[in-house]
Amino acid sequence: MKSGDQSAMAELYDRYSSVVYAVALRVLGDTGAAEDVLQEVFLQLWRNPGAFDAARGSLGAWLAVITRNRAIDALRRRRPETDIEDVIVSVAPDLAGEADRSRAAEKVRGVMGSMPAPQRSALEMAYFEGMSHSEIANKTGEPLGTIKTRIRSGLMALRKAFQG
Amino acid sequence: MSGHEQFAEDLALYALNTLEGEDRANLEEHLATCSACRLELEQLRGDGALLALSVMGPKPPQRARQRLLDAVAKDAAQAPTLSQKARKHGPPSARRSWWSVLGWAATAAVIVFAASLWKENAALKQSLASASAQATQSTRELDDLRRIAAPLMAPEAQRVTLVAMKTPPQPQGKAFYLRNRSSLLFVANNMPALPSQKAYELWLIPMQGAPIPAGMFKPDAHGSATVVNPPLPAGMEAKAFAITVENEAGATTPTMPIVMMGTGE
Repeated sequence: MKSGDQSAMAELYDRYSSVVYAVALRVLGDTGAAEDVLQEVFLQLWRNPGAFDAARGSLGAWLAVITRNRAIDALRRRRPETDIEDVIVSVAPDLAGEADRSRAAEKVRGVMGSMPAPQRSALEMAYFEGMSHSEIANKTGEPLGTIKTRIRSGLMALRKAFQG
Repeated sequence: MSGHEQFAEDLALYALNTLEGEDRANLEEHLATCSACRLELEQLRGDGALLALSVMGPKPPQRARQRLLDAVAKDAAQAPTLSQKARKHGPPSARRSWWSVLGWAATAAVIVFAASLWKENAALKQSLASASAQATQSTRELDDLRRIAAPLMAPEAQRVTLVAMKTPPQPQGKAFYLRNRSSLLFVANNMPALPSQKAYELWLIPMQGAPIPAGMFKPDAHGSATVVNPPLPAGMEAKAFAITVENEAGATTPTMPIVMMGTGE
């Protein structure tokens, strides 16, 4: 096992650990639990480098999705739902660099800010709390169909902001 | 996406892992046959990823970095033997990538390289499978080979496997590989029998890139089998050979676990 491989891992950590930690902390609200998810995600990547298909998109986006999923599983005390190899993430903007990610993040916050409040909150409940549409419907008193539509429209609004 | 409007909203929920019950089962059934929806699913996950990437927050504590690197170093130092790892990670992880069995064999940069090599290799295999049918071995060499292989192939040949005294027979395989002629002879003994639709598949593990199929075989009543000159890409340097259990038709990528493996003597 070459020490070069381990330093490559260190580099990946330096580049992506803040994204992973931030997502985990946002979902779990607990620094200890977030740190555990951070460890878990990077160790999984170390043990399973073939799980990420480099030809399909950005490692940062993939890590963000894996982290969010693992954190939700931890939040809801579930066994991990999917094999990380099943997760393919296609992202339109180029998110390779720190600057690109910052710009993208700003744009997303702009989109979320200008979204109608019920749509934003449905999307956030689904994304950061892993709530199902029925749970959201119960909480908000809105019909199931409305919640489903809001979540999808919210995601499409994000997509549109980066198209063209 | 007109034909799939009914699934459009469920796809969004599925992308966020929040679709449940019958809706989920129906969608998964649809996804199995619909590549357009699978593509949309990837894009929806990407849209969600944008949300994740926009989260602001504190940097992780400094100690977390060392904690990870210590865990990685420990993992690397352990480098368990293959049979140990195969036992430890048995059938439940059958869908894990083969990388995890061979260990971290590349740096982060090579992850990208290997992904493109995999695709290249698949194309190479396809074109060479037809090219190898027109192999350029001379007739005389072929005759030599047939003569050498005859005792192995002939049903009436007597087969004897010698084992150390007082030990039960163990599955054993020996591969003889001539890289410059892409010539492979493989002989196995004491192989456990397989269920009727299964067969063993031999793999050539190259120095870089994906394992290459190197022939299918089923053991006879005595557990013996041979593979002679399967089609192989020219001049492949072999780091190792391995055996997996596959469906009779064979597979283009190995199904875990690896049941036998060996490197050169």
